[in-house]
Amino acid sequence: MPATISNNASFEAIVVPYLDAAYNLARWLSRDDADAQDIAQEAMLRAFRYFGSFRGGDARVWLLAIVRNTFYSLRAKAADAMHETFDDDTHALIDEQPSPEARALMSVDIQSLQVALESLPHPLREVIVLRELEECSYKEIASITGQKIGTVMSRLARARERLKAELSSSSTEARRHDVR
Amino acid sequence: MMCDDARLLLHAYLDNELDAAQSVAIVRHMQGCPSCAASYADYAQLREGMAHASLYRRAPDALRKSWSAEKPAVIAPPAARPRRAPFALAMAAGLAAAVIIGTPLWFTTHRAGDTSQWANEAISSHIRSMQPQHLMDVVSTDQHTVKPWFDGKLDFSPRVKDLAGEGFPLVGGRLDALGGRSVAALIFKRHLHVINLYQWPVSSGEVAESTTQWHGYNAIQWTTDRMHFVAVSDVSESELHQFVLAFQNDSVTPLMR
Repeated sequence: MPATISNNASFEAIVVPYLDAAYNLARWLSRDDADAQDIAQEAMLRAFRYFGSFRGGDARVWLLAIVRNTFYSLRAKAADAMHETFDDDTHALIDEQPSPEARALMSVDIQSLQVALESLPHPLREVIVLRELEECSYKEIASITGQKIGTVMSRLARARERLKAELSSSSTEARRHDVR
Repeated sequence: MMCDDARLLLHAYLDNELDAAQSVAIVRHMQGCPSCAASYADYAQLREGMAHASLYRRAPDALRKSWSAEKPAVIAPPAARPRRAPFALAMAAGLAAAVIIGTPLWFTTHRAGDTSQWANEAISSHIRSMQPQHLMDVVSTDQHTVKPWFDGKLDFSPRVKDLAGEGFPLVGGRLDALGGRSVAALIFKRHLHVINLYQWPVSSGEVAESTTQWHGYNAIQWTTDRMHFVAVSDVSESELHQFVLAFQNDSVTPLMR
């Protein structure tokens, strides 16, 4: 079994260091600790199994693409009702001119940021998580999600606009609350 | 540059994805456009917020543990127990598919050593069983509870005995899968350590004990009376051997059949 052993050893050196990245993406996609653990475990098993077909390059991008595929394939099996179609047109950029007032109202506290992130639709959530938490380049995100760089760019813009709107409205509500 | 273009490009600028000429253009635009400049400041603030460490979810220890050391190839999934339908069902389907895909690979690479194959699989299974919620299906220190629990779940009747008197108390049982077949797993404790004892019927009669070691785990397997046993634990080899002797020793506790 020497081939298998060296395969194991290089898998450990090349892929396993990105376990945190795999779990982080799985956790943000599934929004559930136990599901995230199942997804990350399954993705690691798939990666281990297909490691022979890994042709060098960026192992993190390779692994994250597997995590993403694992999540979507398991979710598709889970329930049709959970299906969420994403139409880029209906999520067009919000047409509001940022006013200085609106800006003053945006509050970035971690709690509401987390809620706002979790409420984003999957296609927007995955790009913003890959960009801000994994610090992937547009090119890497495009390769992980199988999208064009232009799509990545516009989805990122949408994700941020949605987050900003969400955070601004929640802080407005908080203020209203204070007044009462 | 118009505000419409800037609204998209200022994100790319924030992400450092623009070339020099485009960067200059967006900076110029923002200098003359307070509203785009304000937008940009908001997104920069948002980015700072997202850099907060608590938003990054690191892998839990259980997951890390199962991948931290070089592991024997893991193929067989734990017996599918719908923990949280429907997601768990989908997981089961996914794993089943994975097993089908994975099996031929397994057999071509590991057929050579049948004995070490079982040991590797059992060690993988033992490591998996250490993950939260995976260890036990039936929790009982009473062999008369554990044994009937397996009734109807397996195509054989496993041998169950408590070894509390020998320092290896029985704490529960679990259905598991090794090499594609359902097996019974009994869980024993040795101080703070866990010992998994797997068993399933085989056609051969008696096979003497053999020991396999792997990264701090020990596996001892033997066949007696057409039943194959594999004991796996992180206790020392001598302690595991002591456990095996205690289990094999019929005179200590009458063996339930």
